[in-house]
Amino acid sequence: MNMSGMTFAQTILHASIWIALAVLAVAFLLTVWRVVKGPTLPDRVVALDMLVGIVIGFIALIAIRTGFTLYIDIAIALGLVGFLATVAFARFILASAVEKPEGVSEAKPEVMGAARKGKSRKASPKAAAKTAGKITGKSNEKLASKTADKTVPKSGTKTPGKSARSTRSSKPGKGE
Amino acid sequence: MELVVALLTSALVLSGAAFALVAAIGLNRLPDIYSRMHAASKAGTVGSGLLLLAVGLQSGEIAVLARALAGFFFFVLTAPVSAHLLAMASLKAGYSMANQSVCNEMPVVNNE
Repeated sequence: MNMSGMTFAQTILHASIWIALAVLAVAFLLTVWRVVKGPTLPDRVVALDMLVGIVIGFIALIAIRTGFTLYIDIAIALGLVGFLATVAFARFILASAVEKPEGVSEAKPEVMGAARKGKSRKASPKAAAKTAGKITGKSNEKLASKTADKTVPKSGTKTPGKSARSTRSSKPGKGE
Repeated sequence: MELVVALLTSALVLSGAAFALVAAIGLNRLPDIYSRMHAASKAGTVGSGLLLLAVGLQSGEIAVLARALAGFFFFVLTAPVSAHLLAMASLKAGYSMANQSVCNEMPVVNNE
C-alpha cells in the first residue's frame, strides 16, 4: 500500500475495492452456509446459483484492481456455465419429481424422506425440522394414499378421514 | 475527470457488494425455497451486474463498456429464467411452502 505514490482518486478506488472485497467475502461465506445447511435440494441449488453471482463479482473486482479487462469475458463465461448448471439441476429435480407419482419403486419416497429428515435434523434441528417434517409428512401421505389406491381401488373411504390439505396430495393418487 | 470516474466506480463497486450482501442475508433469513429465490435472483443479479458495470466504466474504453453491458444484459436475461425453472421444478417435486405463507396460487400444478 504505497499511499504517497497514488493520486486521491486512486486512493478512493483502492479503499472501496478493499471494502467491497471484504463485503463480498462475508456474502460468500453466508451463501456457503446456506449450501451446507439448506434443508432441501432446491435450497442448495439456489445458493449455488447465488454463489456463481458472487464469484462473478469477485472477478469484476479483480479486473478493476489489476487492470486486465479480459476478466469480463471470463465472468460472462462463468455466468453462462452457472445458468446451464441451474437449468440442469432444475431438470434433475423435475425428473426425480415425475418419477415419484408413477410408482416405479414403492419404497423410494420413504427412504428419500427418511434420509432427508435425518440429514436436516443433524444440520439444524429447530429451523429445518419444520420444512423437513412437512416434506416427509407429505411424501408419506402420498405414499399412504398410493398404497391405499393400489390395495383397494376406487375406495373413497380415506378422504373424509383426512384434513383439507390431504385432498391436494391425494389427487395424484387418484389420477393414476 | 479521473476523480469523477473513480467516485462513480467506487459507488458502483460498493453498492454492488452491498446488494450481494443483502442477497446473502436474505438467502439465510427467508423461510422457504420460494422466498429465498427472490433474494438470490433479484438482489444477487443486480449485485454482480453493478460490479461488471463498474469494470466497464473504470476502463474508459467503449469496447470494454460494451462487453460489460452485454454481460449485465445476459445476467438479467438468464436469472429469471433459471429461477422460474427451479421454482416450477420444486413445486412439482412437492417441496412445500413455509408455515407463515398466506397464499398458494398454484395448487393445480401438483396434480398435473
